[in-house]
Amino acid sequence: MIDQAAFARALLDPALPAPADSLAWNGSDPAARLAVHRNNVMMSLLGVLTDTFAVTRELVGDAFFRAMGRDFVRAQPPAGPVMAEYGAGFADFIRAFAPARALPYLPDVARLEWLRLVALHAADAEPLSAAEIAARVGAAADLAHWRLRLHPSFAVLRSDYAAVSIWAAHQAARDLAGVDPRASETAWVVRRDLDVEVIPVDAAAGVFAAALLAGQSLGVALEAVGREALVLDLPATLAALIRCGALVAIEPTETANE
Amino acid sequence: MGVGLKPQHCRDILDARPALGFFEVHAENYLGVGGPFHHYLGRIAEHYPLSVHGVGLSIGGRDLDLAHLDRLAALLARYEPHWFSEHLAWSRHGPVCLNDLLPVVYDEATLARVCAHVDRVQHRLRRRLLLENPATYLESRASTLPEAAFIDEVVRRTGCGLLLDVNNLYVSCVNHGRDPPAELAALPLHAVGEIHLAGHAADVDSAGDPLLIDNHGAPVAQAVWNLYGQAIARTGPVPTLIERDNDVPAFDVLLAEARQAERILQTAPRALPA
Repeated sequence: MIDQAAFARALLDPALPAPADSLAWNGSDPAARLAVHRNNVMMSLLGVLTDTFAVTRELVGDAFFRAMGRDFVRAQPPAGPVMAEYGAGFADFIRAFAPARALPYLPDVARLEWLRLVALHAADAEPLSAAEIAARVGAAADLAHWRLRLHPSFAVLRSDYAAVSIWAAHQAARDLAGVDPRASETAWVVRRDLDVEVIPVDAAAGVFAAALLAGQSLGVALEAVGREALVLDLPATLAALIRCGALVAIEPTETANE
Repeated sequence: MGVGLKPQHCRDILDARPALGFFEVHAENYLGVGGPFHHYLGRIAEHYPLSVHGVGLSIGGRDLDLAHLDRLAALLARYEPHWFSEHLAWSRHGPVCLNDLLPVVYDEATLARVCAHVDRVQHRLRRRLLLENPATYLESRASTLPEAAFIDEVVRRTGCGLLLDVNNLYVSCVNHGRDPPAELAALPLHAVGEIHLAGHAADVDSAGDPLLIDNHGAPVAQAVWNLYGQAIARTGPVPTLIERDNDVPAFDVLLAEARQAERILQTAPRALPA
């Protein structure tokens, strides 16, 4: 049994020599051949990060992104073979990455891109139709104790910076003129049909939806908004959730009366 | 005749419905639960047989990833593909997945381990596995068996089939100074269930000898077409796949390569000499 541990270490650390048992038929330097694998590992994983974090890369440029990506790959190599699941820790890595401190919004842009990837592969679910919503709401005596279940792809991004506008500007959806990067922003992320949408919302709608995602009842979600001294436009927020196909079930909690 | 399915080609394929025998996908790209990948694969599967090709099971590694095997089982139950294949390679060590197909040592201990893993996979997935011969760049001093003899023994002990990757065979022969026709003849060709064709890149090693890189990023090389003709002269007609994973061109370009393979396949003997 050969030492696969040494091989694996050498792949991620270019300072290490080729594994002791490795050889080439013509007596050439095994390190030159090991370099093929080193290149495969690093380039394929940088390719995964580049695909997922395209705007993050545009914001810092290719050379910076690759240097940061290399450090990330070596610090946090994949834990499994499903590449759509690689990169969960990248936003936090960027937050702690000293050379990126000049762009304080960068971790949140990366976080938004990660949420979009997760949403892309999340489970399918049919949104409630208007008739179903009307029937459920009509039957509920005390809606505050009911739970609104959101689409499996749904996520909330809350940023202390203008991460949503900065991301959107790189989709040609809007330009950056007039955007203050230090203005906090919130967005919902949800997959509708086959496409993931990023929907800018106010902070109250973010807190509210995050509480619903955590399984709280409508009443408890409203209390969560109040605790942050925010004011929610409930009808408009519910209409927005319905409009983006995010509402998939309305269910009573244990204490609710039908 | 089949082509590797790329997400960017799905709409063209569904619009044109080209005459092809099957499409192949990498299992690890379809282990999410929902969304457009499954939407399109489901629609493709309504019209074509599927082959599911694993790239991350690490059959040559120390331990089999049983959680990953369970996810593969769920994927196969969802699509019921005609074929499932994996590689004679390792890619995981402990908690780290290296996302590359790494060379195994050809010795008795590794042979026993690989056979145990193949048995386990075939039992869990309740189907015959096609095991792919690897493209390699390094050999190990610890190896005691030739590659073809190692593969022959895995096939004999486990009853698995061989996914004959003709490009890998050619790449490995050039990289290790071996004779492609002799290596081909030494493989268990009676067990070939599928053939892969792909392109490679050419480099040189530190001695100035050619070092071919299996990059799936170029058209199939002429030397590989020639070796393919020799292979099917011995195996008879076998489902053949055009693989392209990097610098992916328009679908029609891959279709043209599939047609070229088809013309060669038609020269294959229907009845093989006993």
